[in-house]
Amino acid sequence: MGTSDRLDRIREQASVGERDAREPTVLAAVVLAISLLLLSPIVWVLIHAGEMQTGRLVELVVSETTRSVTVNTMILISAVTASSVAIGVPLAILTVQTDLPFKRFWTVTGALPLVVPSYIGAFAFVSAFGPRGQLANLLAPLGIQQLPTIYGLHGTVLVLTLFTYPYVFLTTRASLISFDGTAVEAARTLNHTRWQAFKRVTFPQIAPGITAGALLVALYTLSDFGTPAIMRYDVFTRMIFVEEQARNLDAAAVLSLLLLVLAMVILLFESRINAGRDGAYVSSGDRNAGRIRLGYWKLPALGFCATIATLCLALPVGILTLWLVRSAEAAPAGFSFTLSHVANSVGLAAAAAGLCVVVALPIAYLSARGGTKLSLLPERVSYVGYAVPGVVIGLSLIYLALRFVPFLYQSVIVLVFAYVVRFLPQAVGTTESSILQVDPSYIEAARSLGFGPIRSFRLVVLPLVAPGIAAGAALVFLTTMKELPATLMLRPTGFETIVTYIWLVRGAAYQGQAAIPALILVGVSGLSMLVILRQEGR
Amino acid sequence: MANKDPSQRIADFETVTTAVEDPERTVLSMEGVSKDYGRELAVEDLSLSVKDGELLTLLGPSGCGKTTTLRMIAGLEEPSSGTITIAGETVTADGDGPFRKPEERDVGIVFQDYALFPHLSVHENIAFGLEEMDDVDADERVAELLELVDLEAHEEKMPSQLSGGQQQRVALARSLAPEPDVLLLDEPFSNLDVRLRVEMREEVRRILKRAGVTAISVTHDQEEALSISDRVAIMNNGNVAQIGDPAEVFENPESRFVASFLGQARFL
Repeated sequence: MGTSDRLDRIREQASVGERDAREPTVLAAVVLAISLLLLSPIVWVLIHAGEMQTGRLVELVVSETTRSVTVNTMILISAVTASSVAIGVPLAILTVQTDLPFKRFWTVTGALPLVVPSYIGAFAFVSAFGPRGQLANLLAPLGIQQLPTIYGLHGTVLVLTLFTYPYVFLTTRASLISFDGTAVEAARTLNHTRWQAFKRVTFPQIAPGITAGALLVALYTLSDFGTPAIMRYDVFTRMIFVEEQARNLDAAAVLSLLLLVLAMVILLFESRINAGRDGAYVSSGDRNAGRIRLGYWKLPALGFCATIATLCLALPVGILTLWLVRSAEAAPAGFSFTLSHVANSVGLAAAAAGLCVVVALPIAYLSARGGTKLSLLPERVSYVGYAVPGVVIGLSLIYLALRFVPFLYQSVIVLVFAYVVRFLPQAVGTTESSILQVDPSYIEAARSLGFGPIRSFRLVVLPLVAPGIAAGAALVFLTTMKELPATLMLRPTGFETIVTYIWLVRGAAYQGQAAIPALILVGVSGLSMLVILRQEGR
Repeated sequence: MANKDPSQRIADFETVTTAVEDPERTVLSMEGVSKDYGRELAVEDLSLSVKDGELLTLLGPSGCGKTTTLRMIAGLEEPSSGTITIAGETVTADGDGPFRKPEERDVGIVFQDYALFPHLSVHENIAFGLEEMDDVDADERVAELLELVDLEAHEEKMPSQLSGGQQQRVALARSLAPEPDVLLLDEPFSNLDVRLRVEMREEVRRILKRAGVTAISVTHDQEEALSISDRVAIMNNGNVAQIGDPAEVFENPESRFVASFLGQARFL
């Protein structure tokens, strides 16, 4: 409520202040052109599907492949979402509402798996549990010859759950923290057992939080490419990649279209939930009231927390360290990790971050200060990056480039553009929130002191919003560093980055070589978490 | 009202019809109850008893153990030692005695911040403790209570749409609905502004007397204790310093502590 009030007020002030109608028009035109460019990947999928013969389209949609990929994806999403709730909610309750020892420690370890890119987690799990993996080697002397295979549905579910459940954990925690514990005590004095009180009082109030987290998990699972690819489970993202590699353009486009539809459905649910949370119950009551004493459940509870932390953190880090120790053996030519991989990654990420800032600034400014419905549109459009999985952006841009700008095909420019489409929302979000914090009358004051509009902006607004812009740039930089599918599909031949290097050695027997790049990426993810936390703490 | 003399007030109360069955029956008794949190002793060897339909107020400075006493009666805290008996049933006792959980005691509680369930309407809040009744009976009981607390017009509203005084009346109705043996009120008026506080005191006293419920209220406000209670227990350092008729306690303090604690009020 408070925020939207302030927003309205600021917009009002801004539109009153806008006597000069010309600059907004120019600004709007520029922003509109950018939005159209941003939408081009989606437009391509639609156009391509539209151009297909109806018979061919129907044939592809109802084909056996499409059917099984859809079923696989649905099963994967349901399983990952359900298991994430099964881990995230109890963990949140344990760390907020009970007398669990070392609660702060478990809170941190509970959230930390987010810093491990899921494909690196998958890689580590394959290395540990796969055939002739580390664990298999360890167990061999004990006479255990074969571990159940990690590949397929259960491996994919395991890895995705372990590295995405923190979304549910964090959103559930947030709603539990704002939940008034005396309500539980009230229920208990009204003759409800602890469990009945949870069902009738606690659960209905934290359900929106759980759902919000679950939808984030679902969206991530739907659009994740690396994990199912490494775990060899055929879902939309993997099949789109496979069809593209096989030059089955029609099939890839149809799968992309279906994937987009699914993503839209999830986002639609999410926006509903978030709208419903507007009037969320904010209570001032005593949070410690109704705290659960674990008693003899303390040990099992600690065991649960420790198991999760071991699987999500100790295991991948342990595997990476093991690789690091063994990486002494030199890799054959073409398989060695060099500084050029890092330089390429950093160069791409810097270009993407720079471009995102330049593009985000006018969009965010128009959205924060424009006042009209139309001026909000580009900001909305910029959010397509959230909805469109990297594989789809990669696929569209390959064919868009081939068709309209063939001289750019397989160039770094197209790749950077893909990053901008995907990660612009991060830059727009941080920039817009910092612009909203600047009183519009500052500009009016500057202009009344004789400065032109652009100079006023540069002298007064820019210094104030610079931290927000920098945070946005840092986020884009860091997320670009670890982006997998679009990088794989769009990079120029022979152009290798940290991510593509990991992908290269993934199947080969030179895993030891992946230790350093993988650790770099974990560090990079950790940094981006820090940036987000600092932004939220402001 | 607070300025009227005690006999006048008692006359007012007697015009209210009550549902008390046997005013001589002891509904609640506490014997030698102590509660410590590690080294800190919150309540020490406390004994008191409350009769059917009586309204007892525990009055004392903050930290004197009055809220802990209330929470032990409700079963939200477990005493370190001592025996509590409610309506003839021992709910907690020394050694291997039983410990009845809050849901196993017929005790209602009105919390300081009311703790209304924000996701439920007024009707649903009041019906919350009536799960064992069938729907028709429950609806009837809710209607009775809405009438008692004078909120018939607000049945379908959500708690957030109510004023502070209305929220308190809902909380009162909710805890009275399952007909508890004892009703506990934890600083019931502290969240109301001064004008409303005086008004609600009268209102709550009227409601409690009409319901005929045995009630224990906790406060640090002398005026409040004087105006609503049948008996007052002044608490200090986890124990009862003096207990008796409000006017008597105020006029004849038995100890220096009681005198100085009540004396402050006169200067305020």
